[in-house]
Amino acid sequence: MKADMAVAQKADSQGHSFGLWLGGVLLLLAFAQIAHAGDGRLIATGGVTQVEGSAGGGLVPWAVLAGYGTRDELGGTVFRTQLQLPDYRLDSYGFAFAIHNRLEFSLARQRFDLGTLGKAIGMPGAALRQNVLGAKLRLAGDLVYGDLPQISIGVQRKHDLDFTIPRLVGARHASGTDVYVSATHLELAALDGYDLLWNVTLRSSNANQFGLLGFGGDRGNRRWLAEGSLAILFNPRWAAGLEYRQKPDHLNFAREDNAADAFLAWFPSKRLALVAACVNLGSVAGLERQRGVYLSLQGSF
Amino acid sequence: MARIAAVFLLLAALAACAPAVRPGATLYDQLGGRQGVAALTDAAIDQYANDPRVAPTFEHVDINRFRRLFAEYICKVSDGPCVYTGASMVEAHRGMNLHETQFNAIVEDLTAAMTSLHIPVPTQNRLLKRLAPVRKDVIYK
Repeated sequence: MKADMAVAQKADSQGHSFGLWLGGVLLLLAFAQIAHAGDGRLIATGGVTQVEGSAGGGLVPWAVLAGYGTRDELGGTVFRTQLQLPDYRLDSYGFAFAIHNRLEFSLARQRFDLGTLGKAIGMPGAALRQNVLGAKLRLAGDLVYGDLPQISIGVQRKHDLDFTIPRLVGARHASGTDVYVSATHLELAALDGYDLLWNVTLRSSNANQFGLLGFGGDRGNRRWLAEGSLAILFNPRWAAGLEYRQKPDHLNFAREDNAADAFLAWFPSKRLALVAACVNLGSVAGLERQRGVYLSLQGSF
Repeated sequence: MARIAAVFLLLAALAACAPAVRPGATLYDQLGGRQGVAALTDAAIDQYANDPRVAPTFEHVDINRFRRLFAEYICKVSDGPCVYTGASMVEAHRGMNLHETQFNAIVEDLTAAMTSLHIPVPTQNRLLKRLAPVRKDVIYK
């Protein structure tokens, strides 16, 4: 019976996910048509889409805004990301749009397939899903021009759709809000003539494992977390870099580790970006050494 | 953590593969001196002429004068032996109301011109770095 429910839930969530994805793409296309979506910014300067749907790197939101719109234009992105871990799989997809390179809105759905753990608890195919609604405001600066980094503040409002398991393991809330401030800058010709991108993000969060295991726990609630990214651009279309993201460790039932990744990003055009990365999440819900391959596809409008 | 450090060292090593330029050589030398800058000027003007975002801004411009001044300016900012005889960047772009999009288009076209001449990426970046501060003087004027 449990297994039946899990299978039904899986089928439902996949149907739902495709609908959300398709809806996002159609919405963005309509938006691009009616609203003068532009691509006046330089290639790669919109970054890619991080795992919670904000413009950034892979794990870390950056100060950049989605798409390629300038102060006179609008911009938008859709994305699909998959992270295959030894015992789990994370799927993430959604869309974002930015108004006049000032304000970004994003919506993402994450689905965390419990894999090995699902089988162990008698729920093969079970998954934890959450929605992330994001907003980001550029306060000052520009990624490329001027000495000041681009500085933005953002929020990610997260809501678990499957809270039963997170509650059982000690999470307090099914919803939570992350608040962050990011500073990002491209240092032209900084490393032997190659451009270097750096990003620093400070986040206040009570999300366990990005929120997939709920919010707050039996060992604490909200705390400040540091995140950072460093990348080198081999040319305007190819970049490689590293990211690090602190995570809370507020559930007694299992340790939560910080996350890190090494990535390679390719921007064949202003329409498309592809990212391949090696992501290390450490220990996740009692299963150690969760390190795997991350693939992400982004379309821009 | 050691693995991450190793990856970063690899990245740094890759970055160090830039073609060696003789010590003391100016950016002007790296661009190929007088001939190189002349070729770059021609290639850039060619790109601008074929870019619908940029071409209209050249409608009433004496292109031969622009060619001479552009070469002088590139020469000067790359530490070459030239005197720039044109107006200041603020003066030269007053009343044009160049948008951010057009400025970036000019950057993209210049990059394409440099790439077409096989100028190495580090040299391209060094020139762009010296030209980037101009942006605040020329957009929305």
